[in-house]
Amino acid sequence: MAVAIAERLQATGTVNALELRGVTKQFGALVALADVTLSVRPGERRAILGSNGAGKTTLLNCITGDFPPSSGTIRFFGEDVTGFPAHERIRRGLRRTYQISLLFGGLSVLDNVHLACLGVSRGRFSLLRPRRDDALLESARALVHAVHLDAVAEKKVAELAHGQQRQLEVALALAGAPRFLLFDEPAAGLSPAERADLVAILQGLPAHMGYVIIEHDMDVALRVVESVTLMHDGRIFKEGTPAEIEADPEVQELYLGHGRGG
Amino acid sequence: MASLPASATAGRAAADAAEAARGPHPAAWLLAAVLLVLPAIASDFFLVQVFGWALILGTIALSLQFLAGYGGMVSLVQMTVAGVAGYMVAILGSSGLAQISLGWPFWLAVPVAILLAVLFGTLSGALAVRTEGIYTIMITLAIAAAFFYFTRQNETVFGGFLGFNGVRAPVFWGVDWRSPVPFYYLCLGWAVIAWGLVVWVVRAPFGLALQGIRDNARRMAALGFDVTAHRIAAYAFAAFLAAPAGILLTWLNGQIAPGTVGIGPVIDVLVIAVVGGLGRPIGPFIGALLYVLLRIFALDALVALGLSGQRFQLLIGLGFLVTVLFSPDGILGLWERWRRRWTGARGEGR
Repeated sequence: MAVAIAERLQATGTVNALELRGVTKQFGALVALADVTLSVRPGERRAILGSNGAGKTTLLNCITGDFPPSSGTIRFFGEDVTGFPAHERIRRGLRRTYQISLLFGGLSVLDNVHLACLGVSRGRFSLLRPRRDDALLESARALVHAVHLDAVAEKKVAELAHGQQRQLEVALALAGAPRFLLFDEPAAGLSPAERADLVAILQGLPAHMGYVIIEHDMDVALRVVESVTLMHDGRIFKEGTPAEIEADPEVQELYLGHGRGG
Repeated sequence: MASLPASATAGRAAADAAEAARGPHPAAWLLAAVLLVLPAIASDFFLVQVFGWALILGTIALSLQFLAGYGGMVSLVQMTVAGVAGYMVAILGSSGLAQISLGWPFWLAVPVAILLAVLFGTLSGALAVRTEGIYTIMITLAIAAAFFYFTRQNETVFGGFLGFNGVRAPVFWGVDWRSPVPFYYLCLGWAVIAWGLVVWVVRAPFGLALQGIRDNARRMAALGFDVTAHRIAAYAFAAFLAAPAGILLTWLNGQIAPGTVGIGPVIDVLVIAVVGGLGRPIGPFIGALLYVLLRIFALDALVALGLSGQRFQLLIGLGFLVTVLFSPDGILGLWERWRRRWTGARGEGR
């Protein structure tokens, strides 16, 4: 217990928001992640780029605890969370969005966000119905507003357009008091106008909220981050600023080549 | 089977919310009035053997509807939970087996019996929640079967093959609670409370989270919910609904034996819930009434047709088959589709 408190105290200072040491993930014979070592400062915003199958989403899944790494350690604000179940990591301030929206289709937009707010509150098991002016409901409404979904707040999520579902996906990740976020291709399938909206939402996040974003659209990715990590075949291939990465000839050939040329 | 509750009921939440805002349907008031004044109209036989039994079975099936419809967990252990409560009230209270029954007064035996049954339901849940779909069905069925064989073989505590006879409902406040009218109100009372609890809980944070887990357990974990703990708590709540119904069932029959918790009754509860409809808490009661009417009158009908009365199971089986074939969401689903078509046609007519 004493250790845990010391670790948390430390966390407010100089410790990295996210620190991965030698994280490896194998699915049978397939090595999805090979010895990934990575650190992200609190408040830092970083893109992870790489072709399909480079291990980006696997990396996110290991960080959030959707499944455990085969070996290696993961520290979140200094605390070793490698053996923690997903919900324990979330309660410590980690959040994520999913590449393919994982929403509650039968519930309304507001109920979806309300659930997200509940998940990190102490009222999870409450048998009392919320009052109209309930604090959690209020914060849920504020979040719905923040992602520009007021007009459809009472609508069932299954009836929303794809773009709106992506926005809701972001709202769910912003519930509670996140300290660090992981975005898995938030722009996938969005129209150019919706992309601009997303960029505005990401840039508008409070400065202390760092994040890691996986994104194929360079116009989105490079505008919302200050550092870039490039992955290839489950390994970290290169790290740098967006400008450095864009200028790197090796990178251009391997990854940016097709996108830019086309 | 496992994917059935989620898909059948996911769309219902919004409709429920809308209905809650509007207040009860006039038909609901009518139903409440009829149930309340029923003792003035119905014979003792109908009151107890038809409505009392249907309300009890409906409440046990309701505990399954709660788990399956809102939690996506098809548990076959609910009849067993009710049976544990029934056995406990016979063991702790008084029965014809004086050498086993402890003779506790009812005000002590009943709460302890409920508590033990809830404990049993919670432990069964703790075993079952780590599995999904068909495996949940299998593991809960295994627990139910194990309990059935255990009661049959254990003579010292569970009274073996014959079980307990002469388990009497209490007499207090000058009322014999097993006489037809009080017993009917007892069954109705618990059924209404259980129904009301489910309606309330599914809109409370706990129930909302349970529905979230049904739709998407992985996402719920990523929102900070302890999925396993929530599922176990749902089993505990469901056991709390079923346990008093099990005690009422024991008082109704005046006895409890392994046959009460056999595989047949265990499956019957599933049939009742599915035929009635897993979408709403009222569904199991509709299913239970139909089941009871079939059980009682199919026999006479079959004999009248010159067939063996033993074939009533065939009728129930056929009913189940036809229902799931034409309406995966039970009689409730049929009714709703018919109503939608009717109101739709009327709308176009204007």
